[in-house]
Amino acid sequence: MTNKYNMPDARGHFGPYGGTFVAETLIRPIQELNEAYHRYLQDSDFLAELDADLQHYVGRPSPLYYAERWSRELGGAQIYLKREDLNHTGSHKINNTVGQALLAKRMGKTRIIAETGAGQHGVATATVAARLGLECVVYMGAVDVARQSLNVYRMKLLGAKVVAVESGSKTLKDALNEALRDWVTNVDNTFYIIGTVAGPHPYPAMVRDFQAILGREAKQQCQEMTGRLPDALVACVGGGSNAIGLFYPFIDDESVKMYGVEAAGDGIETGRHSAPLSAGRPGVLHGNRTYLMADDDGEIIETHSISAGLDYPGVGPEHSWLKDTGRANYVAITDDEALEGFYALTRMEGIIPALESSHAMAYTMKLAPTMNKDQIIIVNLSGRGDKDMQTMAKREGILL
Amino acid sequence: MSRLAAKFEELSQNGRKALIPFITAGDPNPAFTVPMMHAMVKAGADVIELGVPFSDPMADGPVIQRASERALAHKMSLRRTLEIAMEFRRTDTKTPLVLMGYLNPIEAMGYEGFANAAQRADVDGVLTVDLPPEEGEACAAELKARDIDTIFLLAPNSSAERIKKMGEIGSGYLYYVSLKGVTGAGHLNTADVEQKLKEIRANASLPVGIGFGVKDAETARTVAGIGDGVVVGSALISHIEANPDDPERAKSAIIAMLSAMRQAMDN
Repeated sequence: MTNKYNMPDARGHFGPYGGTFVAETLIRPIQELNEAYHRYLQDSDFLAELDADLQHYVGRPSPLYYAERWSRELGGAQIYLKREDLNHTGSHKINNTVGQALLAKRMGKTRIIAETGAGQHGVATATVAARLGLECVVYMGAVDVARQSLNVYRMKLLGAKVVAVESGSKTLKDALNEALRDWVTNVDNTFYIIGTVAGPHPYPAMVRDFQAILGREAKQQCQEMTGRLPDALVACVGGGSNAIGLFYPFIDDESVKMYGVEAAGDGIETGRHSAPLSAGRPGVLHGNRTYLMADDDGEIIETHSISAGLDYPGVGPEHSWLKDTGRANYVAITDDEALEGFYALTRMEGIIPALESSHAMAYTMKLAPTMNKDQIIIVNLSGRGDKDMQTMAKREGILL
Repeated sequence: MSRLAAKFEELSQNGRKALIPFITAGDPNPAFTVPMMHAMVKAGADVIELGVPFSDPMADGPVIQRASERALAHKMSLRRTLEIAMEFRRTDTKTPLVLMGYLNPIEAMGYEGFANAAQRADVDGVLTVDLPPEEGEACAAELKARDIDTIFLLAPNSSAERIKKMGEIGSGYLYYVSLKGVTGAGHLNTADVEQKLKEIRANASLPVGIGFGVKDAETARTVAGIGDGVVVGSALISHIEANPDDPERAKSAIIAMLSAMRQAMDN
């Protein structure tokens, strides 16, 4: 697969981005994790167990589905959906939690913590913790607890303790702060499963490596189905794990354009959005240097998005690097446009996407008509919309 | 010799330990901070750590988190914290002053711009919680060029090798985080701290301030028997939190606590 591209460097830097910006108490556990990650990603027993879990527990490979009717309707490029919504627990998040949980087990950790926004990563973490019999605590912003109550209930059913975080903006960034505080307090027995390609090294690279399976599959499936590479890839970007999972195996294939879709919320011009790559600036948060939404004083700005999973002021450092080098393009889709994407896929293809993934669908609706009919787009359908039924019903004035 | 080095040397000659209070700049309001700093010096503070409010204080417990939130509600910032430092210096040119905070406000200002501003404000040291030495060379170099000390944290799980490294590139003092946890957490274990201090002494020659978990005069006395300085933050700030409508009362309570610590440490 990727040969020329060799990011990050040994210290976790993607050019000026990434790195290890943490308080001293976390240095040792991060070093231990880094060693374990490098060791086990070469370990054939570990890889065999991971592959078996991905196949039999997660349900991989996920299909690459040709959205024929939607492609015809849009009248441009042919659209293929990478069906991560069909994974166990309903999103791409489980690819990573299965991997990190196996690592936790190998490292002898007995307690798992995680942060979650939409709850998909929390559910995926609670799921693997249940399966391995590990104690699990999930931190979730109080605002997100309210808007994703179905996932909160799922996590509790799975035996996890869900802690509603009341500090700051009460969303994903504050959940991450709280998880870091827990980790610093319980470093000896606790493994922190970060859900996205952010955090201190090795998380951005490790989470990417666990998610890259979806891109490798998509590449192979596209070859098998069409005999060629796609012309464009489209994926939503909050922290950016589903996007990097899709992009990474194609980075050296220069003919393949990449589009990361951020959440423009009420519109970039309103300031109420979650689009650091489109409208932010580089800074340091949660252990890495990356594009952030911060004010002139370096204080983090509150973000907004209809989708809890994209409501984050930072982004994985590798995306910052891919933006600066021009290898990937980053665009933004408003809440209203995302809703159009949500309804379009639901009615044209009978697939209800998550609100996060709906941002990718909405951009596809803009992109496909500008392309020729013999061109191919692969869109990452990163999660299913079941968790968003309450949000959608409420918007439509329906009481469930 | 820097103000910090001179202060620790003077204390050492007198057989005393440094009392190092921490407050967050602008908490509960911007006008409170400078008079509070002067009052703390009068009550026996040897060094002041002035917290720079940050929106996402990942290493802090709830008390200092809320102090940051109160300060930010008054539009406090790194820039305004430096103004407070400058104002403090107008009437106190002796007490070493250390800024403690997180990296992003410094990144936003730029390392050079920040170092210049810190020099103008006559700040003596900078402690950046989320800037470990492996990422901190560029910033430390800018500060060093202006004779400002870079203070590093040491933790219970820091290796001997790291202690040695911090002792070489850090200056002023080393800040030993006495427990695995956030500021204001639990109780520190004296035997553990004593044990670790032996390892730190064996690998670094800088004075060692001990913080996180110093709750009252009694712990201050115990910690003073182990390290070269005692850092106290959350215990003081909790008085600000307990008196939301009466900052003067909070101030008196903070002074009373510091005086009691000073007395306990000196006797």
